[in-house]
Amino acid sequence: MLGWEFPPFISGGLGTACYGLTKAMDQLGMKVTFVLPKMVESKYATHVKLLTPNSHMSESSFVTHELKNVKFHTLDSTLQPYSTPETYQRQIEEILRQKRLLFGNNSILSSKSLSSSDYSHDMYTEVHRYAAMAAELAMYEEFDIVHAHDWMTYPAGIAVAALSRKPLVIHVHSTEFDRSGEHVNQMIYDIERLGMERADKIIAVSHFTRNIVISRYGISGDKVEVVYNGVERNGNWTNLSDTGIKKEEQIVLFLGRITMQKGPEYFLLAAKKVLEVMSNVKFVMAGSGDLIHKSIEMAAQLGIGHKVLFTGFLRGEDVQKIYKMADLYVMPSVSEPFGIAPLEALDHDVPVIISKQSGVSEVLMHALKVDFWDVNEIANKIIAVLKYPPLQMTLRSHGNFEVRKLRWIDSATKCAKIYEETLAPAGV
Amino acid sequence: MSSICFYFQVHQPSRLRHYTVFDSNWDYFDEHKNASICRKVANKCYLPTNRLLLETINRFDGKFRIAYSITGTLLEQFERYSPEVLSTFDALAHTGCVEFLAETYYHSLSFLYSRNEFAEQIQKHIDAIKYYFGQTPRVFRNTELIYNNDLAAYIESMGCFDAIITEGADHILGYRSPNFVYKPLGCDKLKLLLKNYSLSDDIAFRFSNRDWAQWPLTADKFANWINNVNGNGTVVNLFMDYETFGEHQWEDTGIFNFMRHLPEEILRHPDNNFKTPSEVVKAYDTIGTIDVPHIISWADTERDLSAWLGNAMQSNAIHELYRLEHRIKQTGDERLISDWRKLQTSDHFYYMCTKYFSDGDVHKYFNPYDSPYESYINFMNVLDNVQRRCADTGNITEKKSQEINKTKSDGGNSCSEPQQFPGLLKEKIAGNLKIIESKNKNLTDLQATDKTV
Repeated sequence: MLGWEFPPFISGGLGTACYGLTKAMDQLGMKVTFVLPKMVESKYATHVKLLTPNSHMSESSFVTHELKNVKFHTLDSTLQPYSTPETYQRQIEEILRQKRLLFGNNSILSSKSLSSSDYSHDMYTEVHRYAAMAAELAMYEEFDIVHAHDWMTYPAGIAVAALSRKPLVIHVHSTEFDRSGEHVNQMIYDIERLGMERADKIIAVSHFTRNIVISRYGISGDKVEVVYNGVERNGNWTNLSDTGIKKEEQIVLFLGRITMQKGPEYFLLAAKKVLEVMSNVKFVMAGSGDLIHKSIEMAAQLGIGHKVLFTGFLRGEDVQKIYKMADLYVMPSVSEPFGIAPLEALDHDVPVIISKQSGVSEVLMHALKVDFWDVNEIANKIIAVLKYPPLQMTLRSHGNFEVRKLRWIDSATKCAKIYEETLAPAGV
Repeated sequence: MSSICFYFQVHQPSRLRHYTVFDSNWDYFDEHKNASICRKVANKCYLPTNRLLLETINRFDGKFRIAYSITGTLLEQFERYSPEVLSTFDALAHTGCVEFLAETYYHSLSFLYSRNEFAEQIQKHIDAIKYYFGQTPRVFRNTELIYNNDLAAYIESMGCFDAIITEGADHILGYRSPNFVYKPLGCDKLKLLLKNYSLSDDIAFRFSNRDWAQWPLTADKFANWINNVNGNGTVVNLFMDYETFGEHQWEDTGIFNFMRHLPEEILRHPDNNFKTPSEVVKAYDTIGTIDVPHIISWADTERDLSAWLGNAMQSNAIHELYRLEHRIKQTGDERLISDWRKLQTSDHFYYMCTKYFSDGDVHKYFNPYDSPYESYINFMNVLDNVQRRCADTGNITEKKSQEINKTKSDGGNSCSEPQQFPGLLKEKIAGNLKIIESKNKNLTDLQATDKTV
């Protein structure tokens, strides 16, 4: 399995999905070797119990106690989910700067670190360098099938599959069209398309995404299967100590990356409309992203700055706390392949409003659904939920029950079935 | 002796338009949608079925008899959107073989929430039936056949009804058969007619179901089942939605042909006949008392109120609605009262039902909303505006409130003289009648050629 995020290295839904799926596969007794890039400069590196790279391949491997059938390999790479070529460039410069500070210019180590064999100066080269490393690693590993998650690992998937002559399954959690709208990056699109073409089977996280794969990438429909994500139930969240916040105002939550894809401006426009009608409500935007500054400015321009709180990126217990405080979760995504966050919200007894342009709207019946651009309707529904407790109550109880039916174990079982189907023709 | 008693429920609600919290005008109802559905169903069901039944009645020279309950909300829609339907019903009324029943004008659940409002709506419906069809109903059916002992007692106390209709639910009958006339517990004169749900549903629900062992259902097969009742009962009450014909069961299922041939198949047996509810009441004595302490209805397998009042949203919406009654009526504002009453139509609460929602079944088919939540939000937004209008009209004059008190004491819960109905329809109907008669003639001719072939 080629991924690029795993808890606690999480910046979005992909890591959650990889974790949920891998854990469920582990429970099913499937043997998984999980390979992922490891950011050297990651500021969260201290929280992570990863072994330091010590072999000549810059590889580290470990087995967690929790997941008995899963072996992890991290490859030193600066690849990060959700980055763009521009941010990658900035990162690389930052790393190099830090290394110079750390080791001094004359150090042998530093000169080695600076060599282009370790990190590439542009993202595409890095993606391919990563592919080469993964392929090298694959020579020492036993496996039957290659499963690659999202575009950065497609080249690695192609390389490993070609080298090992094993079938390739790619898992589409998002496409360039979701992330960038119509302003697609041609290089990324090409990588995605190549991956889809070379794959023996494609797993899309929703019919919404499957349609994009078919219509935008020209892939034949019989190759594309839909496997919905599940949700990791957190049994212990109710034991959380009190947040210590006394609530006099109702809280409407936006939780996700603050990027174009997630539709933060629609959240703010709806907030403005809501505040025209009712006042005892606060809007919380939890997350970070390239539109965060723009969003803060926009809130100020709309004159609702005092009613909108930006928390920055939240993880772990903070996420649980914010859910506990929230009365309503809104996901106005412009294009959301799946959207695990609303399921987590429901799991925490928070009713949700989700955009119809999302995969999760295919699986949730007990949620309010809106078109992301229909700010009036978003506001209309936010007000209704805040104003009518019976609505909140019914959504909450039915929604929470519904979420329990979405289990990772079912997703993993479906993946296993797809593996079998993919492997079967080879065996004949 | 076995009498077949057909009664058809004819109803469409006034559907609400999409109404957000930011809307403030008083146009709550979706004119366009209501008009197009009314016309669509008129063309698929009401008009062809009316013509067919009219033709059948004429053909059997008074031996084929039926009954209708048409709600006030639909009568209003007919008048606005497809008056030709009204004239065909009027033609049916003129045959003398068709009885019209009384119910709440707005197809409401008012019995459960306000006896005053309940009585007023029944009166309004009686007046409407008199106005349109020249009959005074003597048999009452409550919305969705909702029923209990209290309802029967209340209807008897109104003094203007001979019988009441409800579902022949297994749990109220026990070992007994629905094919007799009963007496409601606590009533002296009022009789109770019970729907034979098994035979009714064979037509209404199972007719086109190919997985059903009895498919295809033919007129002679059904007549045989009816004949089997002979000796075990006096009356078979076949109660169903009128939309069964052509709308729930499409024309290509053969439902019209079934209905065309059913009367002759049934009448082939010398002991069988057709009777309207009032005729059944006159012809047969009660054979026992039925006790219904808890409320029943004809809905779903539960036969209870859960389709309308099963979740928190539904009960909240309906409580808020009836809480306004006093204030609404105090305003004396006709339009406001009428808007408020149209909101009472049971369909609005049915749309909010979360039961089976995930499974996407029959509830969904009749639901103009994507989800029960949408319908609740929409309803509450409208209700909020109604409430605001109430507050705006606010202080009513002393005179008006006196007037209201006066009508209240006059009205009580007994049936009174009809009100004058607005509208110019009578003349229209007279004009249309001729057209219909000629159409019927054509139909009869067609029928005749059918037979020769």
